[in-house]
Amino acid sequence: MSETIKTDVLIIGAGPVGLFAVFELGLLDIKAHLVDILDKVGGQCAELYPEKPIYDIPGIPYITGHGLTEALMAQIKPFNPTFHLGEMVTTLDKIGEPAFRVATDAGKTFEAKCVVIAAGGGSFQPKRPPINGIEPYEEKSVFYAVRKMENFRDKKLLIVGGGDSALDWTLNLQPVAQRLTLVHRRDEFRGAPDSVNKMRELVAAGQMDLKIGQVSELEGDGGKLAAVSIKDKAGATSRVEIDAMLPFFGLTMKLGPVADWGIELKDNLIPVDTGTFESNVPGLFAIGDINTYPGKLKLILSGFHEAALMAQQAYHYVFPDKKLVFQYTTSSTSLQKKLGVA
Amino acid sequence: MSELQDVSTRTKNETMPKITFIEHDGTVHTVEAEIGSTVMETALKNDVTSIVAECGGACSCATCLVHVDEKWFPVVGPPSPEEEDMLDFAFEVKPTSRLSCQIKVTQALDGLIVRTPSYQGR
Repeated sequence: MSETIKTDVLIIGAGPVGLFAVFELGLLDIKAHLVDILDKVGGQCAELYPEKPIYDIPGIPYITGHGLTEALMAQIKPFNPTFHLGEMVTTLDKIGEPAFRVATDAGKTFEAKCVVIAAGGGSFQPKRPPINGIEPYEEKSVFYAVRKMENFRDKKLLIVGGGDSALDWTLNLQPVAQRLTLVHRRDEFRGAPDSVNKMRELVAAGQMDLKIGQVSELEGDGGKLAAVSIKDKAGATSRVEIDAMLPFFGLTMKLGPVADWGIELKDNLIPVDTGTFESNVPGLFAIGDINTYPGKLKLILSGFHEAALMAQQAYHYVFPDKKLVFQYTTSSTSLQKKLGVA
Repeated sequence: MSELQDVSTRTKNETMPKITFIEHDGTVHTVEAEIGSTVMETALKNDVTSIVAECGGACSCATCLVHVDEKWFPVVGPPSPEEEDMLDFAFEVKPTSRLSCQIKVTQALDGLIVRTPSYQGR
Protein backbone atom coordinates (compact mmCIF):
# COMPACT_ATOMS: atom_id res chain seq x y z
CA MET A 1 0.00 0.00 0.00
CA SER A 2 2.94 2.32 0.62
CA GLU A 3 4.00 2.13 -3.03
CA THR A 4 3.79 5.45 -4.84
CA ILE A 5 2.12 5.56 -8.24
CA LYS A 6 3.90 7.97 -10.58
CA THR A 7 1.97 9.50 -13.43
CA ASP A 8 1.96 12.58 -15.64
CA VAL A 9 -1.49 13.79 -14.61
CA LEU A 10 -3.86 12.75 -11.86
CA ILE A 11 -7.49 13.53 -12.58
CA ILE A 12 -9.80 13.84 -9.59
CA GLY A 13 -13.30 12.92 -10.71
CA ALA A 14 -14.34 10.46 -13.42
CA GLY A 15 -17.45 12.27 -14.62
CA PRO A 16 -17.89 13.20 -18.28
CA VAL A 17 -15.40 16.06 -18.10
CA GLY A 18 -12.74 14.03 -16.27
CA LEU A 19 -13.17 11.26 -18.84
CA PHE A 20 -12.85 13.61 -21.78
CA ALA A 21 -9.72 15.10 -20.20
CA VAL A 22 -8.12 11.67 -20.67
CA PHE A 23 -8.80 12.01 -24.40
CA GLU A 24 -7.37 15.50 -24.76
CA LEU A 25 -4.31 14.62 -22.66
CA GLY A 26 -3.89 11.32 -24.48
CA LEU A 27 -3.66 13.04 -27.87
CA LEU A 28 -0.67 14.91 -26.44
CA ASP A 29 0.96 11.69 -25.14
CA ILE A 30 0.14 12.57 -21.54
CA LYS A 31 -0.74 9.60 -19.32
CA ALA A 32 -3.45 9.91 -16.71
CA HIS A 33 -4.81 8.14 -13.66
CA LEU A 34 -8.30 8.94 -12.38
CA VAL A 35 -9.69 8.77 -8.86
CA ASP A 36 -13.41 8.86 -8.10
CA ILE A 37 -15.32 8.39 -4.87
CA LEU A 38 -18.08 6.49 -6.68
CA ASP A 39 -17.57 2.83 -7.47
CA LYS A 40 -18.37 3.52 -11.13
CA VAL A 41 -17.36 6.02 -13.80
CA GLY A 42 -19.68 8.75 -15.10
CA GLY A 43 -20.08 10.98 -12.05
CA GLN A 44 -23.46 12.72 -11.92
CA CYS A 45 -24.37 11.19 -15.31
CA ALA A 46 -24.08 7.75 -13.74
CA GLU A 47 -25.26 8.50 -10.23
CA LEU A 48 -27.98 11.11 -10.62
CA TYR A 49 -29.46 10.68 -14.07
CA PRO A 50 -28.26 7.53 -15.88
CA GLU A 51 -31.59 7.18 -17.72
CA LYS A 52 -32.36 10.88 -18.12
CA PRO A 53 -32.02 12.55 -21.52
CA ILE A 54 -29.31 15.10 -22.36
CA TYR A 55 -30.10 17.23 -25.41
CA ASP A 56 -27.20 19.66 -25.54
CA ILE A 57 -24.11 17.63 -26.38
CA PRO A 58 -22.92 19.12 -29.69
CA GLY A 59 -23.62 16.77 -32.57
CA ILE A 60 -25.61 14.34 -30.43
CA PRO A 61 -29.29 15.34 -30.49
CA TYR A 62 -30.19 12.92 -27.70
CA ILE A 63 -28.26 10.73 -25.28
CA THR A 64 -28.77 9.46 -21.73
CA GLY A 65 -26.30 10.00 -18.90
CA HIS A 66 -25.42 6.33 -19.10
CA GLY A 67 -25.10 6.46 -22.87
CA LEU A 68 -22.76 9.44 -22.73
CA THR A 69 -20.58 7.71 -20.14
CA GLU A 70 -20.36 4.58 -22.32
CA ALA A 71 -19.51 6.65 -25.39
CA LEU A 72 -16.77 8.55 -23.55
CA MET A 73 -15.31 5.30 -22.23
CA ALA A 74 -15.17 4.00 -25.82
CA GLN A 75 -13.58 7.25 -27.00
CA ILE A 76 -10.79 7.17 -24.39
CA LYS A 77 -10.10 3.43 -24.64
CA PRO A 78 -7.00 3.91 -26.86
CA PHE A 79 -5.34 5.85 -24.04
CA ASN A 80 -5.84 3.09 -21.49
CA PRO A 81 -6.29 5.24 -18.39
CA THR A 82 -6.10 3.68 -14.92
CA PHE A 83 -9.13 4.12 -12.69
CA HIS A 84 -9.10 4.13 -8.91
CA LEU A 85 -12.79 3.91 -8.06
CA GLY A 86 -14.47 4.03 -4.68
CA GLU A 87 -11.64 6.19 -3.34
CA MET A 88 -11.59 9.75 -2.14
CA VAL A 89 -8.56 12.00 -2.47
CA THR A 90 -7.87 13.25 1.02
CA THR A 91 -4.63 15.23 0.78
CA LEU A 92 -2.80 17.12 -1.92
CA ASP A 93 0.66 18.55 -1.35
CA LYS A 94 2.83 20.57 -3.67
CA ILE A 95 6.26 18.93 -3.95
CA GLY A 96 7.75 20.58 -7.03
CA GLU A 97 7.42 23.19 -9.76
CA PRO A 98 4.96 21.82 -10.56
CA ALA A 99 4.61 18.40 -8.96
CA PHE A 100 2.10 17.10 -6.47
CA ARG A 101 1.75 14.29 -3.99
CA VAL A 102 -1.81 13.09 -3.60
CA ALA A 103 -3.17 10.51 -1.18
CA THR A 104 -6.49 8.68 -1.09
CA ASP A 105 -8.53 7.29 1.79
CA ALA A 106 -7.70 3.80 0.48
CA GLY A 107 -4.05 4.39 1.36
CA LYS A 108 -2.75 5.01 -2.17
CA THR A 109 -0.20 7.71 -2.91
CA PHE A 110 0.34 9.33 -6.29
CA GLU A 111 3.03 11.62 -7.58
CA ALA A 112 1.92 13.64 -10.58
CA LYS A 113 3.34 16.56 -12.50
CA CYS A 114 -0.13 18.06 -12.81
CA VAL A 115 -3.43 17.53 -11.04
CA VAL A 116 -6.77 18.15 -12.71
CA ILE A 117 -9.73 18.66 -10.41
CA ALA A 118 -12.83 17.61 -12.34
CA ALA A 119 -14.89 16.96 -9.25
CA GLY A 120 -18.18 18.52 -10.35
CA GLY A 121 -20.28 19.42 -7.31
CA GLY A 122 -17.74 17.77 -5.03
CA SER A 123 -17.68 14.25 -3.72
CA PHE A 124 -20.80 12.13 -3.41
CA GLN A 125 -21.42 11.35 0.21
CA PRO A 126 -24.32 9.65 2.00
CA LYS A 127 -27.25 11.84 2.97
CA ARG A 128 -27.60 12.21 6.72
CA PRO A 129 -31.14 11.90 8.01
CA PRO A 130 -32.19 15.07 9.86
CA ILE A 131 -32.82 13.33 13.15
CA ASN A 132 -32.07 15.44 16.19
CA GLY A 133 -28.83 14.49 17.87
CA ILE A 134 -27.70 11.90 15.30
CA GLU A 135 -24.07 13.14 15.10
CA PRO A 136 -22.70 11.54 18.29
CA TYR A 137 -23.93 8.14 17.10
CA GLU A 138 -22.31 8.33 13.66
CA GLU A 139 -19.59 5.71 13.09
CA LYS A 140 -20.38 4.29 16.55
CA SER A 141 -23.86 2.92 16.05
CA VAL A 142 -25.15 4.79 13.02
CA PHE A 143 -23.42 3.69 9.79
CA TYR A 144 -23.90 4.89 6.22
CA ALA A 145 -21.96 1.99 4.74
CA VAL A 146 -21.18 -1.60 5.69
CA ARG A 147 -17.46 -2.25 5.76
CA LYS A 148 -17.47 -5.57 7.58
CA MET A 149 -20.61 -7.66 7.99
CA GLU A 150 -19.05 -9.35 11.02
CA ASN A 151 -19.37 -6.07 12.94
CA PHE A 152 -23.11 -6.62 12.91
CA ARG A 153 -23.19 -10.24 14.04
CA ASP A 154 -25.77 -10.94 16.75
CA LYS A 155 -26.77 -7.27 16.84
CA LYS A 156 -30.26 -5.81 16.74
CA LEU A 157 -30.17 -3.86 13.46
CA LEU A 158 -32.39 -1.20 11.97
CA ILE A 159 -32.09 -0.51 8.24
CA VAL A 160 -33.83 2.56 6.84
CA GLY A 161 -34.76 3.06 3.19
CA GLY A 162 -36.57 1.49 0.23
CA GLY A 163 -34.00 1.25 -2.55
CA ASP A 164 -31.51 -1.39 -3.57
CA SER A 165 -28.91 -0.47 -0.93
CA ALA A 166 -31.43 -0.84 1.88
CA LEU A 167 -32.85 -4.08 0.47
CA ASP A 168 -29.49 -5.65 -0.42
CA TRP A 169 -28.11 -5.00 3.06
CA THR A 170 -31.35 -6.25 4.60
CA LEU A 171 -30.96 -9.56 2.77
CA ASN A 172 -27.23 -9.81 3.47
CA LEU A 173 -27.37 -8.89 7.14
CA GLN A 174 -30.59 -10.68 8.13
CA PRO A 175 -28.81 -14.07 8.59
CA VAL A 176 -26.03 -12.43 10.63
CA ALA A 177 -28.08 -10.13 12.85
CA GLN A 178 -29.83 -11.18 16.03
CA ARG A 179 -32.92 -9.35 14.76
CA LEU A 180 -33.31 -7.04 11.78
CA THR A 181 -35.97 -4.39 11.29
CA LEU A 182 -36.43 -2.59 7.97
CA VAL A 183 -38.11 0.83 8.12
CA HIS A 184 -39.48 2.55 5.04
CA ARG A 185 -41.85 5.49 4.71
CA ARG A 186 -44.32 3.59 2.47
CA ASP A 187 -45.24 -0.01 1.77
CA GLU A 188 -43.80 0.15 -1.75
CA PHE A 189 -40.17 -0.40 -2.63
CA ARG A 190 -38.32 0.95 -5.63
CA GLY A 191 -35.57 -1.69 -5.29
CA ALA A 192 -35.28 -4.74 -7.54
CA PRO A 193 -38.55 -6.76 -7.45
CA ASP A 194 -36.64 -9.96 -6.66
CA SER A 195 -35.10 -8.39 -3.55
CA VAL A 196 -38.47 -7.02 -2.49
CA ASN A 197 -40.01 -10.51 -2.79
CA LYS A 198 -37.22 -12.10 -0.78
CA MET A 199 -37.57 -9.46 1.92
CA ARG A 200 -41.35 -9.99 2.07
CA GLU A 201 -40.84 -13.75 2.39
CA LEU A 202 -38.55 -13.22 5.37
CA VAL A 203 -41.14 -10.94 6.98
CA ALA A 204 -43.92 -13.49 6.34
CA ALA A 205 -41.76 -16.22 7.89
CA GLY A 206 -41.25 -14.10 10.98
CA GLN A 207 -37.50 -13.87 10.42
CA MET A 208 -37.37 -10.09 10.29
CA ASP A 209 -39.64 -7.09 10.86
CA LEU A 210 -40.88 -4.47 8.45
CA LYS A 211 -42.19 -1.16 9.75
CA ILE A 212 -43.78 1.54 7.63
CA GLY A 213 -42.94 4.99 8.91
CA GLN A 214 -40.11 7.44 9.51
CA VAL A 215 -37.53 7.41 12.30
CA SER A 216 -38.35 10.37 14.53
CA GLU A 217 -36.17 10.01 17.60
CA LEU A 218 -33.03 8.26 18.84
CA GLU A 219 -32.42 6.99 22.38
CA GLY A 220 -29.03 6.08 23.73
CA ASP A 221 -25.96 7.26 25.53
CA GLY A 222 -22.34 8.01 24.68
CA GLY A 223 -22.78 7.22 21.01
CA LYS A 224 -24.39 3.88 21.78
CA LEU A 225 -27.93 3.54 20.43
CA ALA A 226 -30.51 1.81 22.62
CA ALA A 227 -33.76 2.39 20.74
CA VAL A 228 -35.47 4.46 18.06
CA SER A 229 -38.97 5.85 17.74
CA ILE A 230 -40.77 5.34 14.46
CA LYS A 231 -43.69 7.51 13.46
CA ASP A 232 -46.25 6.03 11.09
CA LYS A 233 -48.39 7.92 8.56
CA ALA A 234 -51.19 8.41 11.08
CA GLY A 235 -48.71 9.97 13.53
CA ALA A 236 -48.61 7.03 15.96
CA THR A 237 -45.20 6.28 17.42
CA SER A 238 -43.67 2.89 18.10
CA ARG A 239 -40.36 2.08 19.74
CA VAL A 240 -37.80 -0.48 18.58
CA GLU A 241 -34.78 -1.50 20.64
CA ILE A 242 -31.65 -1.59 18.49
CA ASP A 243 -27.86 -1.69 18.65
CA ALA A 244 -27.16 -0.12 15.27
CA MET A 245 -28.90 1.84 12.55
CA LEU A 246 -28.04 1.87 8.83
CA PRO A 247 -29.78 4.71 6.94
CA PHE A 248 -29.74 4.54 3.10
CA PHE A 249 -31.09 7.82 1.73
CA GLY A 250 -28.89 8.08 -1.33
CA LEU A 251 -26.02 10.46 -1.95
CA THR A 252 -25.48 14.17 -2.00
CA MET A 253 -22.53 16.22 -3.21
CA LYS A 254 -20.21 17.92 -0.75
CA LEU A 255 -17.12 19.88 -1.64
CA GLY A 256 -15.16 17.72 0.80
CA PRO A 257 -11.37 17.80 1.21
CA VAL A 258 -10.78 20.13 -1.80
CA ALA A 259 -11.33 22.98 0.62
CA ASP A 260 -8.21 21.97 2.58
CA TRP A 261 -5.69 21.93 -0.26
CA GLY A 262 -4.68 25.56 -0.16
CA ILE A 263 -6.42 26.46 -3.41
CA GLU A 264 -8.15 29.81 -3.71
CA LEU A 265 -11.92 29.23 -3.59
CA LYS A 266 -14.87 31.48 -4.33
CA ASP A 267 -18.30 30.34 -3.13
CA ASN A 268 -16.96 26.77 -2.95
CA LEU A 269 -15.80 26.92 -6.57
CA ILE A 270 -12.26 27.17 -7.94
CA PRO A 271 -11.51 30.38 -9.88
CA VAL A 272 -9.47 29.63 -13.00
CA ASP A 273 -7.62 31.39 -15.80
CA THR A 274 -9.78 30.91 -18.91
CA GLY A 275 -6.74 30.49 -21.15
CA THR A 276 -5.37 27.52 -19.25
CA PHE A 277 -8.00 26.48 -16.69
CA GLU A 278 -5.36 26.59 -14.00
CA SER A 279 -6.19 27.55 -10.45
CA ASN A 280 -4.02 30.01 -8.54
CA VAL A 281 -1.56 27.12 -8.12
CA PRO A 282 0.44 26.47 -11.34
CA GLY A 283 -0.04 22.91 -12.56
CA LEU A 284 -3.23 22.49 -10.57
CA PHE A 285 -6.18 22.69 -12.95
CA ALA A 286 -9.94 22.81 -12.39
CA ILE A 287 -12.39 21.90 -15.16
CA GLY A 288 -16.13 21.30 -15.33
CA ASP A 289 -18.75 22.27 -12.77
CA ILE A 290 -16.22 22.84 -9.99
CA ASN A 291 -14.55 25.89 -11.56
CA THR A 292 -15.73 29.46 -11.92
CA TYR A 293 -14.87 32.35 -14.25
CA PRO A 294 -16.77 35.23 -15.79
CA GLY A 295 -19.55 33.82 -17.96
CA LYS A 296 -19.17 30.27 -16.63
CA LEU A 297 -21.96 27.89 -17.60
CA LYS A 298 -22.28 24.56 -15.84
CA LEU A 299 -22.67 22.59 -19.04
CA ILE A 300 -20.94 19.38 -20.07
CA LEU A 301 -19.97 21.02 -23.35
CA SER A 302 -18.17 23.83 -21.49
CA GLY A 303 -16.26 21.23 -19.49
CA PHE A 304 -15.14 19.56 -22.73
CA HIS A 305 -13.74 22.86 -24.02
CA GLU A 306 -12.02 23.45 -20.70
CA ALA A 307 -10.42 19.99 -20.87
CA ALA A 308 -8.96 20.74 -24.30
CA LEU A 309 -7.33 23.99 -23.18
CA MET A 310 -6.13 22.46 -19.93
CA ALA A 311 -4.30 19.75 -21.89
CA GLN A 312 -2.40 22.32 -23.94
CA GLN A 313 -1.07 23.95 -20.80
CA ALA A 314 -0.38 20.65 -19.04
CA TYR A 315 1.81 19.66 -22.01
CA HIS A 316 4.26 22.44 -21.16
CA TYR A 317 4.68 21.10 -17.63
CA VAL A 318 4.90 17.42 -18.63
CA PHE A 319 7.26 18.00 -21.58
CA PRO A 320 8.98 21.30 -20.76
CA ASP A 321 11.57 20.91 -23.54
CA LYS A 322 9.19 19.97 -26.34
CA LYS A 323 7.38 22.29 -28.69
CA LEU A 324 3.67 21.59 -29.10
CA VAL A 325 2.40 21.57 -32.67
CA PHE A 326 -1.35 21.83 -32.95
CA GLN A 327 -2.92 19.04 -35.02
CA TYR A 328 -6.33 17.78 -36.10
CA THR A 329 -7.51 14.21 -35.60
CA THR A 330 -9.03 14.36 -39.09
CA SER A 331 -5.70 14.86 -40.86
CA SER A 332 -2.86 13.99 -38.50
CA THR A 333 -1.40 10.52 -38.99
CA SER A 334 0.38 10.81 -35.67
CA LEU A 335 -2.87 11.52 -33.80
CA GLN A 336 -4.62 8.75 -35.70
CA LYS A 337 -1.88 6.32 -34.68
CA LYS A 338 -2.49 7.20 -31.04
CA LEU A 339 -6.19 6.58 -31.58
CA GLY A 340 -5.40 3.23 -33.19
CA VAL A 341 -7.13 4.11 -36.46
CA ALA A 342 -4.18 4.87 -38.76
CA MET B 1 -42.06 49.39 -35.37
CA SER B 2 -41.92 45.62 -35.43
CA GLU B 3 -38.91 45.67 -33.11
CA LEU B 4 -40.81 47.72 -30.58
CA GLN B 5 -43.68 45.27 -30.71
CA ASP B 6 -41.35 42.34 -30.14
CA VAL B 7 -39.98 43.97 -27.02
CA SER B 8 -43.42 44.90 -25.74
CA THR B 9 -44.53 41.27 -25.76
CA ARG B 10 -41.60 40.49 -23.50
CA THR B 11 -42.65 42.89 -20.76
CA LYS B 12 -44.15 41.45 -17.64
CA ASN B 13 -47.55 39.93 -18.00
CA GLU B 14 -49.99 41.40 -15.49
CA THR B 15 -51.68 38.06 -15.02
CA MET B 16 -48.61 36.01 -14.10
CA PRO B 17 -49.53 33.48 -11.41
CA LYS B 18 -48.21 34.24 -7.94
CA ILE B 19 -46.65 31.60 -5.71
CA THR B 20 -45.97 31.97 -2.01
CA PHE B 21 -43.02 30.14 -0.49
CA ILE B 22 -43.00 29.93 3.30
CA GLU B 23 -39.56 28.86 4.47
CA HIS B 24 -38.96 26.82 7.60
CA ASP B 25 -37.64 29.89 9.45
CA GLY B 26 -40.81 31.83 8.65
CA THR B 27 -39.46 33.86 5.72
CA VAL B 28 -42.27 34.47 3.25
CA HIS B 29 -41.66 35.06 -0.47
CA THR B 30 -44.61 35.86 -2.71
CA VAL B 31 -43.31 35.88 -6.26
CA GLU B 32 -44.47 35.83 -9.85
CA ALA B 33 -44.04 32.58 -11.73
CA GLU B 34 -43.73 32.04 -15.43
CA ILE B 35 -46.33 29.73 -16.91
CA GLY B 36 -44.61 26.59 -18.19
CA SER B 37 -41.66 26.88 -15.80
CA THR B 38 -41.53 24.82 -12.61
CA VAL B 39 -42.07 25.76 -9.00
CA MET B 40 -38.41 24.80 -8.38
CA GLU B 41 -37.16 27.19 -11.08
CA THR B 42 -39.36 29.92 -9.65
CA ALA B 43 -37.80 29.36 -6.22
CA LEU B 44 -34.23 29.55 -7.54
CA LYS B 45 -34.96 32.70 -9.56
CA ASN B 46 -36.28 34.37 -6.44
CA ASP B 47 -33.56 33.32 -3.98
CA VAL B 48 -35.67 30.90 -1.97
CA THR B 49 -32.51 29.35 -0.57
CA SER B 50 -34.11 26.36 1.12
CA ILE B 51 -34.68 24.88 -2.34
CA VAL B 52 -31.36 23.28 -3.31
CA ALA B 53 -32.19 21.46 -6.58
CA GLU B 54 -28.85 19.71 -6.77
CA CYS B 55 -29.63 17.77 -9.95
CA GLY B 56 -31.02 20.80 -11.76
CA GLY B 57 -34.59 19.57 -12.10
CA ALA B 58 -34.21 16.01 -13.37
CA CYS B 59 -36.27 14.41 -10.59
CA SER B 60 -33.06 12.74 -9.48
CA CYS B 61 -31.98 14.10 -6.12
CA ALA B 62 -34.93 15.03 -3.87
CA THR B 63 -33.39 18.33 -2.73
CA CYS B 64 -36.25 20.57 -3.89
CA LEU B 65 -38.90 19.17 -1.55
CA VAL B 66 -41.91 21.31 -0.68
CA HIS B 67 -44.97 20.65 1.42
CA VAL B 68 -47.92 21.84 -0.62
CA ASP B 69 -50.56 23.69 1.37
CA GLU B 70 -53.39 21.25 2.10
CA LYS B 71 -55.99 23.43 0.39
CA TRP B 72 -53.83 23.49 -2.73
CA PHE B 73 -52.87 19.83 -2.85
CA PRO B 74 -55.97 18.73 -4.84
CA VAL B 75 -55.13 21.38 -7.46
CA VAL B 76 -51.45 20.48 -7.67
CA GLY B 77 -52.14 16.75 -7.60
CA PRO B 78 -50.15 13.74 -6.37
CA PRO B 79 -46.63 12.77 -7.47
CA SER B 80 -45.99 10.42 -10.38
CA PRO B 81 -44.65 6.94 -9.52
CA GLU B 82 -41.16 8.12 -10.55
CA GLU B 83 -41.38 11.13 -8.26
CA GLU B 84 -42.81 8.96 -5.48
CA ASP B 85 -39.69 6.78 -5.73
CA MET B 86 -37.49 9.84 -5.46
CA LEU B 87 -39.40 11.05 -2.39
CA ASP B 88 -37.83 8.08 -0.60
CA PHE B 89 -34.61 10.09 -0.59
CA ALA B 90 -36.23 13.09 1.08
CA PHE B 91 -36.80 13.69 4.75
CA GLU B 92 -39.89 14.61 6.78
CA VAL B 93 -42.06 13.54 3.86
CA LYS B 94 -45.72 14.40 4.43
CA PRO B 95 -48.87 13.33 2.55
CA THR B 96 -48.80 16.64 0.64
CA SER B 97 -45.05 16.63 -0.08
CA ARG B 98 -43.91 17.10 -3.67
CA LEU B 99 -40.66 17.72 -5.50
CA SER B 100 -40.99 21.27 -6.75
CA CYS B 101 -39.12 20.51 -9.99
CA GLN B 102 -42.03 18.29 -10.95
CA ILE B 103 -44.75 20.93 -10.46
CA LYS B 104 -45.35 22.87 -13.68
CA VAL B 105 -46.71 26.38 -13.24
CA THR B 106 -50.15 26.94 -14.79
CA GLN B 107 -52.72 29.71 -14.46
CA ALA B 108 -54.66 27.38 -12.13
CA LEU B 109 -51.80 27.61 -9.62
CA ASP B 110 -52.21 31.38 -9.13
CA GLY B 111 -52.09 31.85 -5.36
CA LEU B 112 -50.31 28.54 -4.64
CA ILE B 113 -48.77 28.24 -1.18
CA VAL B 114 -45.89 25.83 -0.47
CA ARG B 115 -43.74 25.37 2.61
CA THR B 116 -40.08 24.39 2.47
CA PRO B 117 -38.47 21.92 4.91
CA SER B 118 -35.61 22.76 7.26
CA TYR B 119 -33.26 20.34 5.52
CA GLN B 120 -32.95 19.06 1.98
CA GLY B 121 -30.33 16.43 2.67
CA ARG B 122 -27.34 18.74 2.59
